[in-house]
Amino acid sequence: MDDQKKMILEYVIAEYLEEDDDQEIDCDTELISGGIVDSFSMVSLKRFLEKKYSIQIPDADASPEAFDSVNKISDLVDRFKNA
Amino acid sequence: MTYSANIRAALEQELGGIKEKGLFKEERFILGPQKADISVEYPSGAPASDVINFCANNYLGLSSHPDVVKAAHEGLETHGYGMSSVRFICGTQDIHRTLEQKLTEFLGTEDTILFPSCMDANAGVFEAVLGPEDVMIADRLVHASIIDGMRLCASMRDTYKHSDMKHLEQKLEMHQDKRIRLIITDGVFSMDGDLAKMDEIVALAKKWDAMVFTDESHSSGFIGKTGRGVHEHCGVMGEIDIITTTLGKGLGGASGGCVSGRKEIVELCRQKARPYLFSNTVAPVIVSGAIKVLDLISGNTERRDKLEWNTNYWRQGLTDAGFDIKKGDSPIVPVMLYNAKLAQDMSRDLYHEGIYAVGFFFPVVPQAAARIRTQLSADHDQAHLDKGLAAFKKVGEKHGILGLGKKEIIEKFGK
Ligand SMILES: Cc1ncc(COP(=O)(O)O)c(C=O)c1O
Repeated sequence: MDDQKKMILEYVIAEYLEEDDDQEIDCDTELISGGIVDSFSMVSLKRFLEKKYSIQIPDADASPEAFDSVNKISDLVDRFKNA
Repeated sequence: MTYSANIRAALEQELGGIKEKGLFKEERFILGPQKADISVEYPSGAPASDVINFCANNYLGLSSHPDVVKAAHEGLETHGYGMSSVRFICGTQDIHRTLEQKLTEFLGTEDTILFPSCMDANAGVFEAVLGPEDVMIADRLVHASIIDGMRLCASMRDTYKHSDMKHLEQKLEMHQDKRIRLIITDGVFSMDGDLAKMDEIVALAKKWDAMVFTDESHSSGFIGKTGRGVHEHCGVMGEIDIITTTLGKGLGGASGGCVSGRKEIVELCRQKARPYLFSNTVAPVIVSGAIKVLDLISGNTERRDKLEWNTNYWRQGLTDAGFDIKKGDSPIVPVMLYNAKLAQDMSRDLYHEGIYAVGFFFPVVPQAAARIRTQLSADHDQAHLDKGLAAFKKVGEKHGILGLGKKEIIEKFGK
């Protein structure tokens, strides 16, 4: 796993799982459709990525589909890092 | 006629889906006024059973108090039945102003505005005060009406883990570039019965230049030494920027709610809050009753003291019997059962023992967190509590859960 994915995965685990959660998350786990991240909490994830990687993700691109797994999020970040 | 057979079939199918998932809610009919001893018709058409009510928000036992009923009667005589107007056209009477002033004094704020309900107060306040340059940071367990209100507001939304002050601080730091940071919490969390750490929240708000919002629906009238709410309990009276609360629970139980706090915020609600501007005024009967409620409890803590005694006795009794209850200082006492079917079965068995207490399970509470939520009232006497405890013990024994913790109950019954 590359550093960026690792970083995002760690953030998602720290941010969205409770301490006594026995749920396991990997880079393919469905975050939004799986009910781990709700649409409210997605905002802070977007903000975190923007600050961390000094990018701007337009709201139109920050769809629930684009945020549905660590892999997809990482792809999204790549797109705007190189934009 | 456009209500076609297809539409009917589609909606029937949706209802069927709700039933299949075991989420269909059936109402029980209470024959008479709300109090500790009630007579209930359930299922519909069945002969009435006499049960003790452990699931009302009638915390102070004022819902059918003779003085409150009398004051409501008097209000009906002096101020009529309805106003047929929103507040700002011709729906404001002298008593509306009186009630707002009394709430301001009681809650220890600068000003207050009445809403048709606390649901409406929560739906209207955020949009009226905040804009796109602001951020709302809410505890993840706030009430559904707050979530709806946040959805209606154009500000950025964020959340923090339940009562996790470290997480909240991270969020406050992250959002320093916003104009206003508003921390949003319930005072008492309605499903768990725990209290917000209001003193720590206020300290963080000062440190990180944020405002504080709390919904005191499950604390107004009884939490804190003189019942002002969680802000009193935590020693931060006067330091909360926005309080919402309801007249539909401890404070008489009829209906109505309010936003109370900084006077500019209240004024903005008067000018802009849509559920205030576009819905009818609170009826005079209710206003008169609520004024009496505040008079009864402002100079006298007898009812909240009795409720506190009841709460301690009940929590101790359930703990001694071997139940796994959520810790807290409020009269909301959840008996944790983790498994949805167990919660339903126990609630039904308790009902047959003359105890009315409802089971809650997903999606009202998280998965594997099913429970029976019990609520105390100043209307309960020790005899009610003793009968309730005896029934809980009997039913708990029948299901073999006394003395078991979370892990053991889940092992035995599944999630
Ligand atoms: C925390 C909280 N806020 C608001 C409300 C809504 O209050 P009302 O019945 O006045 O709309 C409730 C009631 O269910 C509640 O529990």
